[in-house]
Amino acid sequence: MGTRDCNHICDESSPGIGEAGRTGEWRTSLPVVDDTKCTASRLNKPTCFLCWLYCPEAVMTKAIPPTIDMEYCKGCGICAQVCPVQAITMLPEEKNIG
Amino acid sequence: MAVQRKSNMHIIDGNQSAAIAAKMSRVQVVAAYPITPQTPLTEQLSQFVEQGELKAEYVAVESEHSAMAVCTSASIVGARAFTGTSSHGLAYMHEMLHWAAGARLPIVLACVNRAIGAPWNVLNDQQDSISQRDTGWIQIYCRNNQEIMDTLIQAYRIAEQVYVPVMVCYDGYILSHTEMPVDVPDQADVDRYLPPYKPHTTLDPANPKNYNLVTLANPRIGVDGKLYHGYMELRYLLQEALQNSRETILQAGREFNEIFGRDYARMFWEDRSEDAEITIVAMGSLAMEAIVAADMLREEGLKVGVLGLRVFRPFPKSDVVQALRKSRLIVVFDKNISYGSEGATCSEIKSALYGTYINASIRNFIVGLGGRDVKARELAEATKKAIASLKETVINPDYPEWICQI
Amino acid sequence: MKANAVNLIEKEWILPGNRTCPGCALSLAYRHVLKALEGQCIVTVPASCATVLHGMYPISAVNVPCVNTPFASTGASATGLVAGLKALGRKGITVLAFAGDGGTHDIGIQSLSGAAERQIDFMYICYDNEGYMNTGNQRSGSTPLGAVSGTTPVLGKQQYQKDMTAIMEAHGLPFVATCSASYPLDLYEKVKKARTIEGTRFIHIHTPCPPGWLFPFSDTIKFGEMAVETGLVVLYEIEDGIFRLTSASESIARKGGNLQPVREYFTSQGRFKTITEEQIDELQEWVNARWKQCLHRATNL
Repeated sequence: MGTRDCNHICDESSPGIGEAGRTGEWRTSLPVVDDTKCTASRLNKPTCFLCWLYCPEAVMTKAIPPTIDMEYCKGCGICAQVCPVQAITMLPEEKNIG
Repeated sequence: MAVQRKSNMHIIDGNQSAAIAAKMSRVQVVAAYPITPQTPLTEQLSQFVEQGELKAEYVAVESEHSAMAVCTSASIVGARAFTGTSSHGLAYMHEMLHWAAGARLPIVLACVNRAIGAPWNVLNDQQDSISQRDTGWIQIYCRNNQEIMDTLIQAYRIAEQVYVPVMVCYDGYILSHTEMPVDVPDQADVDRYLPPYKPHTTLDPANPKNYNLVTLANPRIGVDGKLYHGYMELRYLLQEALQNSRETILQAGREFNEIFGRDYARMFWEDRSEDAEITIVAMGSLAMEAIVAADMLREEGLKVGVLGLRVFRPFPKSDVVQALRKSRLIVVFDKNISYGSEGATCSEIKSALYGTYINASIRNFIVGLGGRDVKARELAEATKKAIASLKETVINPDYPEWICQI
Repeated sequence: MKANAVNLIEKEWILPGNRTCPGCALSLAYRHVLKALEGQCIVTVPASCATVLHGMYPISAVNVPCVNTPFASTGASATGLVAGLKALGRKGITVLAFAGDGGTHDIGIQSLSGAAERQIDFMYICYDNEGYMNTGNQRSGSTPLGAVSGTTPVLGKQQYQKDMTAIMEAHGLPFVATCSASYPLDLYEKVKKARTIEGTRFIHIHTPCPPGWLFPFSDTIKFGEMAVETGLVVLYEIEDGIFRLTSASESIARKGGNLQPVREYFTSQGRFKTITEEQIDELQEWVNARWKQCLHRATNL
């Protein structure tokens, strides 16, 4: 297959999710949210959302309960660190560890 | 068929000619840094802008590297961009010259040819632009101030058609600071000749494209599932654009003649080539001096013609072969030197002739570096010396001869 | 209304699955920069980790238009974008130059200074991970005293960081500010404010780098906060010459101005493994002196 049907004469890129592939495969630990501890979930109202605010990957939703896009979450664990009520636990990501 | 039009003669120098041509091309962004002998060009343009004669953004940048960076970004966002420089300024732009061509941005640059240090020298030779020959720019050399005017206007036509930047080169002082009559075109005619710039790029938050990202060696599938170029395909397309630009250059020259009555439908200038057994090759203003030298030699009964190189990139190989078909001796004068080898235009001529039926002897002379005066008489004498050398051997020497006092 | 995690705009302009390392503060900071600009910008990016984030042809990992430009040319590229937009009569788009510390403090300082002196109407954001992290951590003009890097491998860096924000302040800009990725709301507010100001605006963002500084991915926010709490990074803004402490730095000042000692910041990062007690003392003195100056300059205490 050639690239002649690509009409670009210079390097022009269009936005796409997963540009680096499924970065969830990079994870060595997995964030698990405990909805019984999560403030927003517990109070069932939009509050806190610090996990969403601090996520460098924009894979956290600002929802009740907050969810994580595991296809792309790199497992950095920042969400677990910033959660003021320790509602997020990082568990070993068995399938990605040697 | 050339149209009849009223001439509008002005006695101006090369820098003024370039400035007026840029103005008439309705450039939208000018970015330049002063360097001798380009300085009056950039001063003139800033004056046009400040006086309101030219509706453009004039950016007095802090370096030539920035001048070309301003031009690339202005061009990619959709504006017609212009800059001018010389010598060290062009060398300092080197990285950005690659970037402009690589991103296929139709910028026009006036290179006022000047020697490069060390040691310091502000006078003319062509080492500066020749050193940039592999950056992917079209290079066109001018012989006089009329050609500067006309070539610069054509340069935008060519650049914006093939999306390759064009360097218009003219000799420092010999042209840049020497006044001669120039027929200044009417703005309405230039507008007719040169349509507004249509960019191939889009920079719009509503349609967010990214340009010049890291590109892999091999093609890659895009978000639409189609296969996109790898780095090498993009490089091939640039080469292909230059290879194919000949027709665009000739067309631009032909149509220029139709509107302005001056014919540029040629890759180089020929003088008495029909019957020439000996051809002098020179580029830029030196090609004019070569015509005077040919006059002298013709008076002595020698069948001498001149090939004045105009378009150096893309190099017109087949056309050159056609023009030199009757020559048994080719004398190439270069105002540049590829150290350890020979003059750059001589290498091109040799390369063009290789494998053809033309088996002429070639003699290369390096002349006029750092402003050393080159007289027609010296060109004629060198040509005679080359003729005499044929008695010893027809084989081309490894290295050029220098016309200097060593 | 001040931004908070609840009311902050939900739309994202950086896309999941990009190439940044896990725990990347640059990615976090950029996410909030683009939120503050609501994507209404054209970005110019020199060689840097941001280039990596932006993706590889033909796919970009951001939803904003961008031109990549050679390392030394960021300020000039922004100038060209501004000039081009002006020539074409296009309005309402912020030109954003987004460069790392190597691209700002070192190779890009000339074109940045030129653009700032010309008062070009654009926003320049330097995200500072204190070294050439994209090439695997070599020393830059912003690498701190005592830090080991690829080019200070044995002794650690022997010089202090270049204070780029002070240099930019000296250009007489209408707005300069310092931020930290660990304080995204402060960052958001500053970019949002800068968006409304005309002229050259300079924002410096401290962005801790887990693989370069040698700390766990999960601790990015912690180290950014520690830098502010110790006064190694001071959060401030200078608008039309008026200096204000902001966010955590303002709170510290209001609560008596007592900074945390710098010691733990250095002893808990792998990059400071060769730092000496003398260097830590020296740095503590430097921090104290600078903090005193900041308290003296602050008009909002």
